[in-house]
Amino acid sequence: MIGHLLGVTALIGGAFFLLVGSVGLVRLPDFYCRNHATGKSDTLGVMLVIFGMILIEGFTLNSAKLFFVLVFVFLTNPTGTHALANAALRSGLKPWFRKSAGKVK
Amino acid sequence: MHRFFLYYTVVLTVIIFIPLYRVVQGPTVFDRMLGAGAVGTKTMVLILVIGLVFRRFDMFVDITLAYAVLNFIGTVAIAKFLGTEKGNE
Repeated sequence: MIGHLLGVTALIGGAFFLLVGSVGLVRLPDFYCRNHATGKSDTLGVMLVIFGMILIEGFTLNSAKLFFVLVFVFLTNPTGTHALANAALRSGLKPWFRKSAGKVK
Repeated sequence: MHRFFLYYTVVLTVIIFIPLYRVVQGPTVFDRMLGAGAVGTKTMVLILVIGLVFRRFDMFVDITLAYAVLNFIGTVAIAKFLGTEKGNE
């Protein structure tokens, strides 16, 4: 029962982080900023949700497979976003600056 | 518990529809690819929760693993393709 309670808490926290990643993907001003939002928040949200499902399932074969999914997401999601940022930088996409950057008022 | 997973599926569907704005509206091609990757990552979680709703968790975990591999391969392949070109703003 305590496992179910902790698992449901982790599921709700993971949904919160997924929502933060989505809102950051829409609201931030630049490709690199959006990359930062989806590369960290989404990874943490997915890992929290899968960890909560492991707690709900208990110690079975399915939770072992879920652990493999968790490790895979932890390795590949930042790798994918890093590859996209590297491609954007190589093809000459300029980072965003504020209009008054570097000026003293 | 079953009802909680049902409501959780609805909330996840709403969350998945938010990055589609970036896929449609994105100024560069990288933004569109990033939005597509975010949708794929969240769809993985949705498939897992659907497995809990249908009580066939053993089948849906394998589908999730295959989906994660396909999402990663697609993102890396398109990033490799786009990184070797010049001037696609």
